Amino acid sequence: MQTTKSHPKSLFPVSTHYCAGCGHGIVHRMIAETFDELGIQDRTIGVAPVGCSVLMYNYIDVDTIEAAHGRAPATATGLKRVRPDCIVFTYQGDGDLASIGTAEIIHAANRGENFTTVFINNAIYGMTGGQMAPTTLIGQKTETSPYGRKSENEGYPLRACEMLATLEAPYYIERVSVATPAKIRKAKKAIFKAFKYQVEGRGFTFVEVVSTCPTNWGMSPTDAMKWSEEYMEKAFPLGVFRDRGAEKDKTETGADK
Amino acid sequence: MKQLMTGNDAMAEAAIQAGCRYYFGYPITPQNEFTAYMARHMPQVGGTFIQSESEIAAINMVMGASAAGGRAMTSSSSPGISLKQEGISYIAGDQLPAVILNVVRGGPGLGNIAPAQCDYFQATRGGGHGDYRCIVLAPSTVQEGTELIQDAFDLAEKYRNPVLILSDGRMGQMMEPVEFKPRPKVETPPKDYILTGKKGRERRIIRSLFLKEPELEAWNKIIQEKLMKIEENEIRYETKMVEDADLILIAYGTCARNSKEALRTLREKGRKVGVFRPITLWPFPYYALSEVVRGARAALVVEMSAGQMVEDVYLAVKGTRPIFFYGRMGGIVPSATEIVQQSEKIFTEKM
Ligand SMILES: Cc1ncc(C[n+]2csc(CCOP(=O)(O)OP(=O)(O)O)c2C)c(N)n1
Ligand code: SF4
Ligand SMILES: [Mg+2]
Repeated sequence: MQTTKSHPKSLFPVSTHYCAGCGHGIVHRMIAETFDELGIQDRTIGVAPVGCSVLMYNYIDVDTIEAAHGRAPATATGLKRVRPDCIVFTYQGDGDLASIGTAEIIHAANRGENFTTVFINNAIYGMTGGQMAPTTLIGQKTETSPYGRKSENEGYPLRACEMLATLEAPYYIERVSVATPAKIRKAKKAIFKAFKYQVEGRGFTFVEVVSTCPTNWGMSPTDAMKWSEEYMEKAFPLGVFRDRGAEKDKTETGADK
Repeated sequence: MKQLMTGNDAMAEAAIQAGCRYYFGYPITPQNEFTAYMARHMPQVGGTFIQSESEIAAINMVMGASAAGGRAMTSSSSPGISLKQEGISYIAGDQLPAVILNVVRGGPGLGNIAPAQCDYFQATRGGGHGDYRCIVLAPSTVQEGTELIQDAFDLAEKYRNPVLILSDGRMGQMMEPVEFKPRPKVETPPKDYILTGKKGRERRIIRSLFLKEPELEAWNKIIQEKLMKIEENEIRYETKMVEDADLILIAYGTCARNSKEALRTLREKGRKVGVFRPITLWPFPYYALSEVVRGARAALVVEMSAGQMVEDVYLAVKGTRPIFFYGRMGGIVPSATEIVQQSEKIFTEKM
């Protein structure tokens, strides 16, 4: 795998509508690079969420459909069942995936649908102006948790990777971050792996990206990256939760024995 | 060759014969036989059957499958159809084909599992948010159900619009002889919008989001012009002995069957009665109905509801003739005897 320094072919050469320091743009780029490297741009279908990234098709140059809020995994199921030779992915925020769309993501994962989900966790509803998300941290102030999220009233941050890792079917689940260049490189590797597994027809793959929303967090881009690293990554530990491919490699090479 | 089948089984078989290869559904009575038939038969024709986690997921799977170019459908009954409304609105907004079967049961709320026609407003007025309509087909026999569900796929693709079929608990469960006639292949427009990956062409986007007001208005106008074409070309209805009739019985689906039976009794008694049966509930046959009712002295609308289609009849007739209504609710089907009694009352007291 090589990292492209030039502009990815699968990404339109335009500036995005995302705020400075927002994770969406970084992740779009990594996805586009992956398409270039795997040579799959021409057979990929994206499913856009309802959230700040609803316009992702303005940036990522692949066939795309907008899903209803939270329903992307169901829409992707329909697409992939009709076009098993296409590469299908959903791109979803935390409100989309971990709140209104919990049923759809759990059941698509549990059926082992052979598509990839990239989950952008910024602990807030970005598009609607900064309301509490299921992933909002305890004590975090938002428009709808103005005194800070309290576990007694709002429960605890919902951990999507851990939840999905209780299921048998998913092939690959990893949580990454975009807080530092080193972490971005790791995130890229995870996204590449997820799509590579899909190309190989392995089953459901899921990458959660601990991201940022400087605008609704009320922080500068630099402070947002710091806050993400310091607090978000504590509530959402980075790591591989499932990698059936690596397990297979181990048994094949005898590394386990 | 005729076979004895329930409405649900027969319509499922007809859908498969019409080339439906993607079915997504969630269990609910009184349509379960339809889903079960699909579960048994889809694998045999190389199709896809998924029991979805909810009706919401099912309709969004249909949307995805349709966006990828598959002939896809879902079925449910009233409470489940309510859950599908968001998805139906998106499908209409995306201008995608889809077929949805509603085996209507008593409502509101959980209601019961008996036959009803109380989802007429929901079906004919769009049902979800935004300016759109579904094409709504209402069969009154099992045989007609098999034919209409096949037409539904062609209509959906011809206009890139959701098509809803209104059956009901009785029609779904009832056994009737059916014949699956070979149908001529209907030419539908090329699917130049579907998502297959952009290889060799411009990439495609399927969406209903248009943030700039003039763009969204323009998109809406395209949809409205299409709906006007459907109104021009696709209206269907049946009339029976309306030419010399004094009283027109107006009913669809199961109520039309009983109205026809009532007609026979009334004619035997010398009462000049006719039946007008809308087959497309949207587009509604306003003009044809108004002509027929104007040729008579009054009309009686019979429904398994508190009176929903009757509002379309008022719109059609525009006060030129008295319109009477007889409806039963709770899953009760107005019997032919009741319809005869209601008609007699109109003849003796109102005319
Ligand atoms: C059914 C429905 N409910 C609510 C909304 C309003 N809405 C738009 S985006 C959004 C939340 C987006 O938050 P998230 O998924 O975290 O994405 P982000 O903008 O943070 O990337 C909501 C609630 C909607 N469009 N549809
Ligand atoms: S509001 Fe937040 S999530 Fe949306 S673009 Fe701005 S920083 Fe990104
Ligand atoms: Mg968010």
